Amino acid sequence: MSETAMRIEVFKTYKLYVGGKFPRSESGRVYEVTDAKGQWLANAPLGTRKDARDAVVAARAAVKGWSGTTAYNRGQVLYRVAEMLQGRREQFTAEVAAAEGLGAKKAAALVDAAIDRWVWYAGWTDKVAQIAGGANPVAGPFFNLSTPEPTGVVGVVAPRAGHGFSLLGLVSVIAPAIATGNTVVVAAAEQAPLPALSLGEVLATSDVPGGVVNLISGRTADIAPTLASHQDVNALDLAGAIDPEGPGAAAALEAAAADTLKRVVRPAADPSAADWTASPGTGRLLSFLETKTVWHPMGI
Amino acid sequence: MSTLAANAPGATGGGLADVAASEATLRRFLHGLPGVDQVGLESRAATLGTRSIKTTAKAFAIDLAISMIDLTTLEGADTVGKVRSLCAKGLSPDPTDRTAPHVAAICVYPDMVATAKDALRGSDIQVASVATAFPSGRAGMPVKLADTAEAVAAGADEIDMVIDRGAFLSGRYLEVFEEIRAVKEACRRADGSSAHLKVIFETGELQTYDNVRRASWLAMIAGADFIKTSTGKVAVNATPPVTLLMLEAVRDFRAATGTQVGVKPAGGIRTTKDAMKYLVMVNETLGDDWLSPHWFRFGASSLLNDLLMQRQKLRTGRYSGPDYVTVD
Repeated sequence: MSETAMRIEVFKTYKLYVGGKFPRSESGRVYEVTDAKGQWLANAPLGTRKDARDAVVAARAAVKGWSGTTAYNRGQVLYRVAEMLQGRREQFTAEVAAAEGLGAKKAAALVDAAIDRWVWYAGWTDKVAQIAGGANPVAGPFFNLSTPEPTGVVGVVAPRAGHGFSLLGLVSVIAPAIATGNTVVVAAAEQAPLPALSLGEVLATSDVPGGVVNLISGRTADIAPTLASHQDVNALDLAGAIDPEGPGAAAALEAAAADTLKRVVRPAADPSAADWTASPGTGRLLSFLETKTVWHPMGI
Repeated sequence: MSTLAANAPGATGGGLADVAASEATLRRFLHGLPGVDQVGLESRAATLGTRSIKTTAKAFAIDLAISMIDLTTLEGADTVGKVRSLCAKGLSPDPTDRTAPHVAAICVYPDMVATAKDALRGSDIQVASVATAFPSGRAGMPVKLADTAEAVAAGADEIDMVIDRGAFLSGRYLEVFEEIRAVKEACRRADGSSAHLKVIFETGELQTYDNVRRASWLAMIAGADFIKTSTGKVAVNATPPVTLLMLEAVRDFRAATGTQVGVKPAGGIRTTKDAMKYLVMVNETLGDDWLSPHWFRFGASSLLNDLLMQRQKLRTGRYSGPDYVTVD
């Protein structure tokens, strides 16, 4: 028997990414992830409400440090994510191709776009204050200055449809939130969580402090309502809340979020027609900011 | 099984009075106590920590834990205002839910006793005061006794004293015994009643489990009403194995003498889950007799907020956050 015939392939155990660590789900369970044609790909951890709760605790603990870094430093960290992602381009190409049922060429183009999107948002970190804040003219001897500050912990329901949703779409919702100093807890796309779970490995090796991004795979209908009603989550991005009804539907989540006055970004009107390769604009970047205005006496 | 050694002098008849007749008899008794099985103790404590407590049992345990808290502020920066607000929090831990029970006691430095006593007037919350040159215990006897007497005179219901770890570790057991005796005497009030005495071992400084067992028996023989793990001021505070060991000691002490002594783990207990583990240990080791604020306490400050957040979660079904409990 030749040595190559003896070789047994080593499968990867996909894990959650919470607080900079890679825990298994608190439930100990996994669920099967298939490609677009229904072929088994891997087992993903079945994250639960408790995992979501633990992730919020980790995200809250990370707010102080992450929002306290300079915008310039955050930009460098985001650029570093792009560097790390570039190095694992092949792996992500395969995962995106399987998740979205695309050919290798198209999948590679989406991974490249995702890398570029990190760079794009890395550039925004120290510029957002100029478009979201500034000096206000007031009728008195005062300097009146408005500056944007991060909202805090953002719950993200990752995109589940549209061209490029599995990685590019995910990056397009995570990057704008953390670029401004927020921390996020992401409910990964239920049917296609593998690119998200692998992205956790990239983030862990790119100077992003633990807890700034937390990724939970599992049933969206379990995790999203937990984030929506959690009193320590400050905002919600419902990009992937595309169920027409039930606990994971956008309307139900928005209603739960209203109890604690969260900022909410609604999903696109027709999510399956969404094209994540389109220029993202500054909409999401400006969604999770609070404006602080200070009056300072002039003269003397 | 009783840990009281068969060869321990004075074990017969439940009387331990002659144990402390001299340095030699006391040493013979304490060193006659059986050695602690470290592996067994730690695995027992770990096993008891894996119990799953849910729904109504959890609600009961949370309320019980809140009612057992000695809400503590022992900072150099304590002010009258801070002690008053802590007392207000102890009286009504969750202002949005009046069904939340109040805490067992407020624990402060001696100079804050009068303030706390005043703020708690009309309630049955106790005022506990640390004394005897807390937390190091490095002062002369007259100073320690004056410290205690001052706290009692100011109205303290309970005194948390620290033992002289230096004397204990050097084997001068009788000195520690006499110290506890003297402080117990100083707890006496003018009307003949007496403040409850809790004896702090600072188990993190006692090095071995055997020493914790010896210290427990020493303090109980000397007349402690409560034995307490730690000051909360050193690196190692209350741990489940140490607390389990002390729970076994009070169980065996009651079996030997008929006297019931309370236990107070303190320091490092921050989450509801931790508190549940301790309650499971009490129930499994000592049973219902100790499951009340009279016989078991938590020395803690941040634990209360976590218990309140868990309580809100059980009531409303959604996770609470630090924005919904008081800052302290």
